[in-house]
Amino acid sequence: MSEKFEPIIIGFTCNWCSYRAADLAGTARVKYPPNIRLIRLMCSGRVDPTFILKALSEGADAVLITGCHPGECHYIEQNYKTMRRVKLLQRTLAQMGIEPERVKLVWASAAQGVMLAQEITKMVEEVRALGPLNWPGRMREATIIGEHPAVEEVVA
Amino acid sequence: MSEKPKFAMYWAASCGGCEIAVLNIGEKILDVDANFDVAFWPVAMDAKYKDVEEMPDKSILLTLFNGGIRNEENAHMAKLLRQKSQILVSFGSCATEGCVPGLANLSSREEVFAAAYDSITSDTLGIRPQYSYEVPEGTLTLPIFNTIVRTLDQVVDVDYYMPGCPPESHQIGAVIDLVIQVLHGQAELPPKGSVIGAGGSTVCDECGRIRNVKKITKFRRLHEVAEIDPVLCLLEQGILCNGPATRDGCGALCPAVGAPCAGCYGPAQDVVDYGARLMTAVSSVIDSNDPKEIDRILDDIVDPAGTFYRFNLAHSLLHASKTAVS
Ligand code: SF4
Ligand code: SF4
Ligand code: FES
Repeated sequence: MSEKFEPIIIGFTCNWCSYRAADLAGTARVKYPPNIRLIRLMCSGRVDPTFILKALSEGADAVLITGCHPGECHYIEQNYKTMRRVKLLQRTLAQMGIEPERVKLVWASAAQGVMLAQEITKMVEEVRALGPLNWPGRMREATIIGEHPAVEEVVA
Repeated sequence: MSEKPKFAMYWAASCGGCEIAVLNIGEKILDVDANFDVAFWPVAMDAKYKDVEEMPDKSILLTLFNGGIRNEENAHMAKLLRQKSQILVSFGSCATEGCVPGLANLSSREEVFAAAYDSITSDTLGIRPQYSYEVPEGTLTLPIFNTIVRTLDQVVDVDYYMPGCPPESHQIGAVIDLVIQVLHGQAELPPKGSVIGAGGSTVCDECGRIRNVKKITKFRRLHEVAEIDPVLCLLEQGILCNGPATRDGCGALCPAVGAPCAGCYGPAQDVVDYGARLMTAVSSVIDSNDPKEIDRILDDIVDPAGTFYRFNLAHSLLHASKTAVS
């Protein structure tokens, strides 16, 4: 095990509080690991579970969703919907053997740059501990024909 | 007599319901006979794979392929029929989305075999099949059982999709009418890749039940509901109904008789991941903003993966569980 596993995390941030938090972390030169790729959307409510599943299925090891604190969403209560969706998706993923910790929801106000940077750092370590998800590789292997071990011989 | 165009139908990993649905089109089956020569249709007539192998390429005009790709025999027949057919239709939910056999993608091959051969479901407990076996006459082989179930279009190029478990007979009849009209130069085929024999909207759009504002604080399974309101939307009664994500085409048969839509017509137009769409719909109607209460409400959904992907797992973005592909 020579090289350290560097997880790839896709981060969906809302345009208002939480992207500003990430921006603030940047301007204040608060460091956080480069493992996260941020994608800015207008609101966390825009995060369709499809986006999360697509990220995971195409090679991301985890997905972070950030939004304004409850009660502070700029589109009234979309972030509550996001909370319900993420919970439901985590349950479905768990049943499919995918650690629910690979999908995380964090609230951050525009002033919480440091907190968000800490959360990202923590998540990177958590995902590193979980190990690679490597969905494209798994699927490739699962569709190779004739290379899996033969089925157990008859033991009657 | 052999100037008639050729027709084929084949079953891969499926239950046989699609064949019954085709036979259920009533006297229209006579139109099929009048306009086509049946070249290959194992359920209806005897034929060997060898016969198909010997046919010239593209010599079959229309093949309805039902069933998913579970093993190498299924894959071989998919490739062979693709090669021999001008129009290949992914027929029914199994070929198109994996359907219920696709739920095996929640489990590893070993788990599937253990359930099939080492559990009470088997009357030859503990005896596993072998891929190859020597007998005096030679070597007998079984097709390789693949790691996961795939849909037809994950294995070969598909011209049209016809959803449903099984497709409704009136829809099959309409598609057959269309093909016959095309044969006689009276109509044109839809663009390649189209979904045929179904609508472009959702089951909810076809459903006659009354919808108000959906606000749910408890989900209930059918047997937990003392009396189902005969006119109110089932989802509003807390019964998980897949209508909002499912393509229309069946006429909303299930909700009409008080059973929730299970989603057999597959994803509605432009839905990328069927389960994701349903999770979005279900989360929107939960009437709580409190994390603990939300968890309590979600506890009512005992089998989320099986509910949201009952027909669609093999065609979902993830395709299988991590257990299946580890
Ligand atoms: S959710 Fe079900 S019962 Fe309600 S309108 Fe849609 S199909 Fe009908
Ligand atoms: S209501 Fe749903 S499950 Fe029932 S036949 Fe129609 S699409 Fe299939
Ligand atoms: S605008 Fe930030 S979560 Fe809605």
